[in-house]
Amino acid sequence: MTRRLYIPRETTASSLGAEALVTAIAAEAATRKIKIEIVRNGSRGACFMEPLVEVDSNDGRLGYSQISIDDVASLFDADFINGGKHPKSVGLVDELTWFKNQERLTFARCGLISATSVSEYEQLGGFVGLKKAIAMQSADIIQEVLTSGLRGRGGAGFPTGIKWQTVAGAEAEQKYIVCNADEGDSGTYSDRLIMEGDPLSLVEGMTIAGLAVGATMGYIYLRSEYPLTRIILQEAIDNAKTAGYLGNDVCGSGKAFDLEIRMGAGAYICGEETSLLESLEGKRGQIRFKPPLPALKGLFGKPTVVNNVISLATIPVIMEKGGKHYAGFGRGRSLGTMPFQIGGNIKFGGLVEKAFGLTLRQLIEDFGGGTYSGKPVRAIQVGGPLGAYFPAELLDTPLDYEDFAKAGGMLGHGGVVVFDETVNLAKMARFSMEFCAVESCGKCTPCRIGSVRGMETIDKIVAAKDEKDREAQISVLTDLCETMESASLCAMGGLTPVPVMSAVKHFRGDFQ
Amino acid sequence: MQSVTPRKFADFSLAAASEAVEEFRAQPGALINALHKLQDTFGYVDEAAMTMLGKLFNLSRAEVHGVTSFYHDFRRTPPGRYTIKVCQAEACQAMGSEALTDSIKEALGCDFHETSKDGLFTLEPVYCLGNCACSPNIMVDEQVFARVSSDTFKKLSASLASNAAEVK
Repeated sequence: MTRRLYIPRETTASSLGAEALVTAIAAEAATRKIKIEIVRNGSRGACFMEPLVEVDSNDGRLGYSQISIDDVASLFDADFINGGKHPKSVGLVDELTWFKNQERLTFARCGLISATSVSEYEQLGGFVGLKKAIAMQSADIIQEVLTSGLRGRGGAGFPTGIKWQTVAGAEAEQKYIVCNADEGDSGTYSDRLIMEGDPLSLVEGMTIAGLAVGATMGYIYLRSEYPLTRIILQEAIDNAKTAGYLGNDVCGSGKAFDLEIRMGAGAYICGEETSLLESLEGKRGQIRFKPPLPALKGLFGKPTVVNNVISLATIPVIMEKGGKHYAGFGRGRSLGTMPFQIGGNIKFGGLVEKAFGLTLRQLIEDFGGGTYSGKPVRAIQVGGPLGAYFPAELLDTPLDYEDFAKAGGMLGHGGVVVFDETVNLAKMARFSMEFCAVESCGKCTPCRIGSVRGMETIDKIVAAKDEKDREAQISVLTDLCETMESASLCAMGGLTPVPVMSAVKHFRGDFQ
Repeated sequence: MQSVTPRKFADFSLAAASEAVEEFRAQPGALINALHKLQDTFGYVDEAAMTMLGKLFNLSRAEVHGVTSFYHDFRRTPPGRYTIKVCQAEACQAMGSEALTDSIKEALGCDFHETSKDGLFTLEPVYCLGNCACSPNIMVDEQVFARVSSDTFKKLSASLASNAAEVK
């Protein structure tokens, strides 16, 4: 009988040798005359386990973690196809505490199915939400999203339902759904994981958004650093089209919705929604003044929903299980779950989807197992390159939008980058300014010039000849940061002061 | 270790370039797609293509130039046989990407935005490859490599060089 085994087709697994592994396992099976079927699933998000090879058993899927081609012969010797014990066995994958302690809604299917298969997607609840939405009025779909409390997962945290309401209410012959898949923040990779592991959830989410606001065309603006993602996503779109979930007559509803992937070209600023729209129009990715809001005048001047990948990929489960169910997770005004991503100097890095409210410590110590180097945690940057640096004393801060903001940080896209005691925060602060200088779109002066002056000032602080001189330069930096914060046109210049000033505040000793 | 076969680029000619981007003529806002197509075909965007692109999209040559120069991806000169991008972002810094970058520059004998003397490797910085739980990361053409050290890089570059010698 043919045995099924699972090896992810996904960037992390691939970066650690999964493609060579697939070839080696297939060859070894052929030599030993064992019939196997290799399913190319997405990653389950436990990046530290990749490549994670799984086999079916009566009790569930058994895992073998961090497998390389050197392990192939011994795996077959151990009869891993039938669940045989091997030094790299991790047992039943679903039973591992790393997975068991998560609350997966958006990522419920990710890693379980062959990523682009419509039938496997349907078997695990896929397209139930879309079918429900087709039978509903536009206003009722939007109400469901409002009830869920879903806020934009890209970083700004704006209520998704309100954005949709604005677009739905705008009169126009053409409207657009734009998915922001320009995941440029360091430490974030949840967009990539879902697009590689469960891309049909994004396709379904965008289609529902189209039905809700009356848009017939959707664009996914994907960063060019994700070439494998593009291939997988395109396959998923093609399969959805063939199955009748996209096209002129979505599921026999008589309504049209189509999708196209557009590639970015290595500009971080294009993750800002108005830059992204400029870039989609084939222009320099310079930001636009707001108002008008993209919801009223967006792509090609038409009303446009611009949502992040995770926001859109969460819509199917909200429609399937109801907004109330989703809002049952989380707390306060941070409802539902957040896919946090732990990276940097971390032992067990990967994607942890949990209801809002767990603490940084739980994430880094309980899930992440502390640093990769084994040295103490010294600093944590949450929310990408524009997020604050926290010292270890703030590890007990709860992860929700409001509490995190109170502590001087922002959740952003949920990326958590851990540094051990070897980090120098003056260097990191300088890097924040340097990054802003490299990636600034150049439209406004505080960002374009301020970032360069910021670098110079940090150099002066570090080189100061005495404490008085240092204090004087720090007050220049503080002034400069205030100007950038209040006078920049968008978050790039406006938030670069956040990591810089948090480094000054919490790690003053590094600036000498 | 994953192997990477060097890409093959066509020699640039204006006729071949026009033909390559013809498919984008009727598409709204597809200039960036066209630039990607040219770069995938020839390895870079030749100056001689600017006027042609302007005509295709009803833009001035200056506008096309403005778009091309805005985006880090688009090269104006032919690359080496491989393009190596080394992540410079925070998560990789937390895992020693700075020292790794220095050792790669030393091994290849070139700085960022330059090509090694043997014409094999073009070196570029990149800010995040989205593989932040397994840092430090580099990307060779379209293949990401995780947890790279200066030793594994030496092995990798040797194997890339021998692949390139086989594929002329």
